[in-house]
Amino acid sequence: MSALLSMRGLLVPALLLLGAEVLVNAADLSSNNIAPPSAAFAALLRIMLDGTLFVSTGQTLLATAMGLAVGGSLGLVAGILLGLSRTASRLMTVSLEFFRPVPAVALIPISMLVFGFGYAMEVAVVAFAAFWPMLIYCKGAIEAVEPQLLEVAQMLRLSYFDTVRKIVLPAALPRIFVALRTATGIALILGVTTEILSNPQGLGFAVMSAQQSLHPDNMIANIFWLGVLGVVVNSGLLWLQSRLFGNAGRPGGGR
Amino acid sequence: MSQSAVATSQAAPEICFDGVDLSLGGLEILKGIDLEIRRGEFICVIGPSGCGKTTMLRLIAGFHRATAGAVMHEGRAVNGPSPDIAIVFQDYGKALLPWRNAADNVALALEAMRVPKSQRADMITGFLGKVGLADHAQKFPSQMSGGMQQRLQIARALAQNPSVLLMDEPFGALDAMTRQTLQDECLNLVENMGTTVFFVTHDIEEAIYLGDRVVTLSPNPGRIADIHTVNLPRPRNQLTTREDPEFLRLRRVLFDFIQGH
Ligand SMILES: Nc1ncnc2c1ncn2[C@@H]1O[C@H](COP(=O)(O)OP(=O)(O)O)[C@@H](O)[C@H]1O
Ligand SMILES: [Mg+2]
Repeated sequence: MSALLSMRGLLVPALLLLGAEVLVNAADLSSNNIAPPSAAFAALLRIMLDGTLFVSTGQTLLATAMGLAVGGSLGLVAGILLGLSRTASRLMTVSLEFFRPVPAVALIPISMLVFGFGYAMEVAVVAFAAFWPMLIYCKGAIEAVEPQLLEVAQMLRLSYFDTVRKIVLPAALPRIFVALRTATGIALILGVTTEILSNPQGLGFAVMSAQQSLHPDNMIANIFWLGVLGVVVNSGLLWLQSRLFGNAGRPGGGR
Repeated sequence: MSQSAVATSQAAPEICFDGVDLSLGGLEILKGIDLEIRRGEFICVIGPSGCGKTTMLRLIAGFHRATAGAVMHEGRAVNGPSPDIAIVFQDYGKALLPWRNAADNVALALEAMRVPKSQRADMITGFLGKVGLADHAQKFPSQMSGGMQQRLQIARALAQNPSVLLMDEPFGALDAMTRQTLQDECLNLVENMGTTVFFVTHDIEEAIYLGDRVVTLSPNPGRIADIHTVNLPRPRNQLTTREDPEFLRLRRVLFDFIQGH
């Protein structure tokens, strides 16, 4: 974070913004399609002050969190079970490899049939999108548990249940958290995508409707805000990760 | 102890390799191993890298099953790992639970042994005290030096109340000063508790200094080349023991053996 916010790090974005400002003004591009940064910032201030930005932010975050909760927890459980049982993992490989490459956006039409337009559909798509990274990474987290620790469990003759509870899960937890971070990023992307395509709410819809009602300044302001939101969510999770796990939070850095 | 109990306990060696062959993945690793280890004996094993020292230790631990012959513990075939045979692993960084502090790492063994919760705290303090970690109970492994982590592994092993202690190059990664201190502490502990020790090392002097007998292994496939009895008085002393003519003689013999490979 500190590197990102350092003066030198801000130089390039500042120059790009300045360039855009000059270019848009000089070329006198049609204001129906594009807006200079200054207008976008004015629009950002406007939608902040009238509160619409925060309403749509809340809608996007809530739908994403719901989807993440549903799909993420299903993926967590499935990933842990598959990581624990080699037999289950072998039985499921073909089915998983068939479904996994299906992009979550491709499910939007199906979800629309099942859930109609709106909230439930967005949650379903986000859940599907969050399920896969959670499953794959959690399975990997379990499989990556230090074999020596499993031998300690064997030496102590821990029961299967105690081995999972006292050794495997705590050892896998830092990587499981990384899985959560990855799934959160993907969930946010799919939430906004769904809003752009077919759920009239949230930041995605705000971007879309601003573009369609010929308010490019408003559109750019919302897009910029999405970027800010992504950075805030990810650094929040990174902060939490280092608080919870310290050095052990970095995969491979268990020492 | 009654007369007959003494007789039976002396009849069965603590550990016995009886014509043991071991192949792993089609490869012959150990061949024709015969070795009897008495109760309370300190056995050291040396040999060139890859000759099968760790594999031999893992056979006693129950992680490998002999392809031919049998490994016996107190007269019964070893058929899997058990807390009665404790292991101090070579790589302490991978054998301790990084999310548990020192006290809770020792507690793991007590939990496994089903020691009632009310008794654990005192026992943990006792075991940590024995290895000189009394003041570090709340430290996590990542906050400890290599020597301290190895002490913690020993404390956990002691908490298993084992009859046999298997140690795989436990001090190999430590600096010379720490190593000597730990050697003496280790000798004191196992002597007081009467534990049988199977100690793998690549350090000739360490093997002589610690052991009642030193087993030399030859490679490809691993087999016992020789067994040397160490006729040095106990308690051993870092200065006088290492200057003893018998120590120097053995050092010469073992050095020649290692050079030959
Ligand atoms: N699980 C295994 N499968 C196949 N070969 C193994 C296995 N474990 C060890 N070996 C081989 O057995 C030999 C002896 O290994 P090891 O007992 O670790 O030697 P040392 O501890 O004396 O250095 C080595 O050649 C090693 O590659
Ligand atoms: Mg070895």
